[in-house]
Amino acid sequence: MKKLIAISLMLTVLAGACAVMAEGAAVMSHADYVAAELDTEVTVETYVQAKQSWWDNKATIYTQAADGAYFIYEMPISQEDYDKLVPGTKIKVTGYKAEWSGEVEITDAKYEVVEGDTFVAEAADVTALLGTDELVAHQNELVSFKGMTIEAYDETGAAFAYKNANDKTDDLYFKASKDGKTYDFCVEFYLCGKDTDVYKAVEALKVGDVVDMEGFLYWYNGANPHITSVKAAQ
Amino acid sequence: MKNRKKLLALLLLLSLCVTLTGCHGSQNSSAFVIPQQLDDSRSFEVTFWAKNDTNKVQTAVYEKAISDFEALYPNIRVKMRLYSDYGRIYNDVITNIATKTTPDVCITYPDHIATYLTGSNVIVPLDELFDDARYGLGGSELRFDSPKRAEVVPQFLNECVIGGHYYALPYMRSTEACYINKTYVEKLGYTVPDVLTWDWIWEVSDAATAKDEEGNYLVNGQKVMIPFIYKSTDNMMIHLLRQSGGGYSTDQGEILIFNDVTKQHLLTVSEHVKNGAFSTFKISSYPGNFLNAGQCIFAIDSTAGATWMGTDAPLMDIAADKVVPFETVVRMIPQIDPEQPRMISQGPSICVFNKTDPQQVLASWLFAQFLITNEVQIGYAETEGYVPVTLKAQRTPEYQDYLSRSGEDNDTHYYVKIDATKLLIDHTADTFVTPVFNGSASLRDAAGQLIEEVAKATRRKKTVDDAFIDSVYNQVNSLYRLDQIAVSSGAEETDTEDMGPLPGTAVTLLCALAAAWVLMGVYALRQRLKKRKT
Repeated sequence: MKKLIAISLMLTVLAGACAVMAEGAAVMSHADYVAAELDTEVTVETYVQAKQSWWDNKATIYTQAADGAYFIYEMPISQEDYDKLVPGTKIKVTGYKAEWSGEVEITDAKYEVVEGDTFVAEAADVTALLGTDELVAHQNELVSFKGMTIEAYDETGAAFAYKNANDKTDDLYFKASKDGKTYDFCVEFYLCGKDTDVYKAVEALKVGDVVDMEGFLYWYNGANPHITSVKAAQ
Repeated sequence: MKNRKKLLALLLLLSLCVTLTGCHGSQNSSAFVIPQQLDDSRSFEVTFWAKNDTNKVQTAVYEKAISDFEALYPNIRVKMRLYSDYGRIYNDVITNIATKTTPDVCITYPDHIATYLTGSNVIVPLDELFDDARYGLGGSELRFDSPKRAEVVPQFLNECVIGGHYYALPYMRSTEACYINKTYVEKLGYTVPDVLTWDWIWEVSDAATAKDEEGNYLVNGQKVMIPFIYKSTDNMMIHLLRQSGGGYSTDQGEILIFNDVTKQHLLTVSEHVKNGAFSTFKISSYPGNFLNAGQCIFAIDSTAGATWMGTDAPLMDIAADKVVPFETVVRMIPQIDPEQPRMISQGPSICVFNKTDPQQVLASWLFAQFLITNEVQIGYAETEGYVPVTLKAQRTPEYQDYLSRSGEDNDTHYYVKIDATKLLIDHTADTFVTPVFNGSASLRDAAGQLIEEVAKATRRKKTVDDAFIDSVYNQVNSLYRLDQIAVSSGAEETDTEDMGPLPGTAVTLLCALAAAWVLMGVYALRQRLKKRKT
């Protein structure tokens, strides 16, 4: 009888272990992800919001779930599979949590598409958080900045600067202020190239324009939003 | 009869010479032949692909060079395309080789040119162009003051030889330097030596990881401190192997990097990643940002990045309120044998792409050559810690004056930039380059990847031991397809590669050899006939 119980227990434990292994690592909430130490393995379920680039069989993607956002950096993927990822696609991502110049991201990631629901984030208005320590809690999310005034980018008085003016094959930089404080913004070329509305809108900006903006709250030694939309303030 | 024998021998000799000279590469119809004269009745558009280091002044130097060149040659228009990454130039060139839409002139690295050369007649060999009396270096028909061949730094020019031929002109040269927070080194109780050793830099870096009870680093009072950050880990491994005599590759392309010396270096790296003393650009970010924030003590980066280094650096990527005041000093990269320092010579070169129209190629060559004239060289070199590639430019009073005014301001004469520049000028003889072959660019990437993989694994608390490194060897070997690199038997050899016509001395030698064989044959035949008669 004892032997039978022991065997039953062992089989139960084995079955449980097999089930866990079959499912893979447990999916974390965003809070768990934030709490996880750098360089540890993380698994999240999230939704594609925008694709920055595909290069050398690797993709960089902005993703977000209802409870927070994740930046997936250089995830191995074929061009064909990359093309299948569209805003809203649910993916399960396992990789390592890393930090590069303040940007927290998932690297060396593997992914699988999860069939079922889709999710496209609404931009969260974080204008009031600009310049505060609370802003980082929204890192990588789709956010908006309302009623921002365009400032001169440099001593030339220009409203924006090309990283590569010659061919327009790189980022655009500009500055905008709110309540007397000025902040930096970027149109990331691989996310929004020179033919996009936002690229053209920034090229048309004039110092003193008041605008509403949307973009992904990327971080590079501080907030460095990757702007995807610029419109006259409403 | 005597005359007929002479005629026969002459015919034999000529046919042999023609056959022998024809063996030298497959001279197909599109091989470039230097035109007698630039056709001024025609208009040309030269497409020029270049890289700028996110530096507006560099762009301005290019633009002025183009404008000055076009003023001298009104029938040549130069159309520039700027990239912020050499890798993208390489990728675009490879793509455009297939569609025969390569640029005319391109700023690139010899490693990349070696890959371009696998195409037929893609790159123009420059040997004859260098020496052409009219349009060559210092040529009589040039409308600008071009350096003569002897006025190009020989070491830099030799770096442009691939498979026995010149396929590029050097454009700028730099090396790597160690930018040091001297204030913190002294706070830790050390003195910065004239020549750093690896042992010393590891020791000081380890010492800098000490923290107080609240987790603040003692040396800077901050929560963040990465004492030693190396920007280019491929260069790090290349330096370690060169200095320690470990294998990297042969000149012919045999891969030697997966050896026990490499393994020892990787285990050392792992040891210092584990205690938080070391990290890399790919893992953490730009060394200069950490250095300027007082969060790094030894930042190794190119001398071409000197304007980003130090409290008073003219270019800064972090907010002013994050910058910590300290004294910056510049030293050679760490050495294993301080008596025999070794450091890499790096920097962009210029190659000219072949086209069906020789006049187009000549126009391209003229522009390429214009890029090594004094004004362009000095103007571009002063934007960063670059060194002009010509002695002609280096020796001008203008350039000497620039060097002598180190520290006068924190812009053009920023002392860290000029100290970094002098480092290469003073140690040109101590520089080296890695062998260039089809696949050498992949080997370079693989060298860095070994360090990155070991550093990442260590940070992720994996066991890094001999077995792990063996597995990384396999992974990296496969990832970069190093096992598929064809080893050439001597110089670079490809069936389709045009090696150009044989030099005159070689033709003479071969003809003499052929003549000797023919004469010996005639002599033997004559002796046999004589014997028969007797």
